[in-house]
Amino acid sequence: MKVGLFIPCYINQLYPQVGIATIELLEKLNVDVGYPSGQTCCGQPMANSGFEYESNGACSNFVENFKDFDYIVTPSGSCAYHVKKHYDIIPQTEEVIKVRNNVYELCDFILNILKIKDLGASFPYKIGVHKSCHGLRGLRLGSCSEVVGKQYSYIEELLQEVKGVELMPLSRTDECCGFGGTFAVTEEAISVKMGKDKIQDHLDSGVEVITATDTSCLMHLEGLINRNKQPLKVLHIAEILNSNL
Amino acid sequence: MSHSKLASIFNKDEKRVDWHDKALWFVRHKRDKSVHNVKGWEELRNLGHGIKAHMLSNLDNYLIQFEENAKKNGVEVHWAANDEEHNKLIVDILKENNAKKIVKSKSMLTEECHLNPFLEANDIEVIDTDLGERIVQLAKERPSHIVLPAIHKNRHEVDELFQEHLGTKPCDGDPQYLTGEARKHLREKFISADAAITGVNFAIAETGGFVVCTNEGNADMGAHLAPVHIACMGVEKIIPKQEHLGVFLRLLARSATGQPITTYSSHFKKPRKGTKMHIIIVDNGRSEQLSRPDFRASLHCIRCGACMNTCPIYRRSGGHSYDATIPGPIGSILSPGKDLKKYSTLPFASTLCGSCSDVCPVKIDIHSQLYKWRQIITKETPQPFIKKQSMKAMGKIFANPSQFEIVGKIARWSLRNLPKAVINSKPNAWGKARDLPLGPKQSFDEWFKERENEKKS
Repeated sequence: MKVGLFIPCYINQLYPQVGIATIELLEKLNVDVGYPSGQTCCGQPMANSGFEYESNGACSNFVENFKDFDYIVTPSGSCAYHVKKHYDIIPQTEEVIKVRNNVYELCDFILNILKIKDLGASFPYKIGVHKSCHGLRGLRLGSCSEVVGKQYSYIEELLQEVKGVELMPLSRTDECCGFGGTFAVTEEAISVKMGKDKIQDHLDSGVEVITATDTSCLMHLEGLINRNKQPLKVLHIAEILNSNL
Repeated sequence: MSHSKLASIFNKDEKRVDWHDKALWFVRHKRDKSVHNVKGWEELRNLGHGIKAHMLSNLDNYLIQFEENAKKNGVEVHWAANDEEHNKLIVDILKENNAKKIVKSKSMLTEECHLNPFLEANDIEVIDTDLGERIVQLAKERPSHIVLPAIHKNRHEVDELFQEHLGTKPCDGDPQYLTGEARKHLREKFISADAAITGVNFAIAETGGFVVCTNEGNADMGAHLAPVHIACMGVEKIIPKQEHLGVFLRLLARSATGQPITTYSSHFKKPRKGTKMHIIIVDNGRSEQLSRPDFRASLHCIRCGACMNTCPIYRRSGGHSYDATIPGPIGSILSPGKDLKKYSTLPFASTLCGSCSDVCPVKIDIHSQLYKWRQIITKETPQPFIKKQSMKAMGKIFANPSQFEIVGKIARWSLRNLPKAVINSKPNAWGKARDLPLGPKQSFDEWFKERENEKKS
């Protein structure tokens, strides 16, 4: 099984530690990981802004880089969702279809393809899980509060096996944080207010570390936390699952 | 004004934003508690979706069937291609019956057609009898929510408004007193009305009857007292069979407020002896929306308002920030079909979180439609030069790995080395309230290459 690692553009440039944790974690689980050097971005920033047609080059580049892998794994529910849902703008060749079918968010891949739950990690902190929307309602990485049915959450299933982790309950379990890509700047006031409210929910619950399947949400929350000097840290789920504290 | 501008004005009063958000979240929470107790809720949603899709695919036939049956019941049926025709038809009926005083129960369609100002211009008094609607009517505003029209007002504001218009005593916003006074005021209007106008929630093709749902009984009060009843409906309100009400009535109230059913689900079929009943069937852009494959499902909407209650943006920006008849997520996919340029910012008033689609009782793919409108808007309406050029540039950079590497390096260097005051200066909306991440020295790419080289050596 050959696994291609996709590191989202902003993680590559701004949060390399998330990429490092991801590759280390996969290697620890004996996955044969390849990191194609020509990768850039999934194309989502342009597409969500309404400029899907400017993202064709990025989409094609993505497929070119990952077409030969059995699975494509990425520490981002949002990017995986974008490839799955919106790569209908380029011609649906066999390669494109294969890439769209085989792209996985990290937790989903570990739990449902590798079928491993206990990663031997330990992380003695009070954790608040931020259920990033595209992973949750797009990829269905967990049940969402709107829909009636079985309750589940891949990220929480993995966290429950991490030694020392205490999962803290939130009053609004899966409300959006307000990042939303370019929404964060075009609708600055609402974006900031949503983020502030989200952080308050975590603070009220006694959370020490907020984690998520998407660093984009965390970057937005961290920006607010740092500006307002609040006693919270953010870490991508890969960083926690790769911890041994 | 754009949604973001109006939203930022609303956000100047953070306390107001907080109670608005909490009030609507409370309704969403009530909805959750209610639907999670219904066995087969998701199946009901599937049925609701399926019936509406079937109806839209056979709309012409069902409309004709409905007209035939309604006529058989003694109801006069009229067709209006647009708002103008709708308003004119109503005034003609009212004049014919010498009706000068009208009571109207909740109808988003008459809001859409701007009926009230048209009636007033024709010297006809029109009183909205839904309490929330009456409040916004007195305040000369439009509803900010389709089920809770005055949700943006607190009880103290209502107190002041009633003192001014209904001559009530100051009561420190006592809801019981205020409701009692509204009741007295409305009762008088009901008794003296010459005609009653209502909306229609569901029009049943096989019977020619229709159902109006209210919590206050105001539709019944109006229709049962006045000698003329005019019911206004959009073409998409048709359902094929009476038995389908069993699906929609269960979905509607639970999604709207968490109630198992609206307090009054009033079935109208034929005029009482000596009275007249009219139905006006309105298109007003609906056929055009039906012709757009990507957006036709927006016509499934049963106007429950659940997408508004759940939308984190709506809750924090208020209904008026959408500057449209129907605010919130559903309004943001309906309005661009009417006027793409005027409503061009609405599909961007979303993080595409998808909560609206998951809460929708008839499974409209609202957030996917928002995404699709965005693609159309950037092509068909003028876009800011900077936005267009930056998207083009990003598209090129991301198509070209070596360019991406260089740009990434420059960005990281800038974040590390430029003073915060420069980074967070005005053009950077991100930096107004948020810090940017510190630019790390090494990208993941660079780290990976270094590791590979170390392995080799």
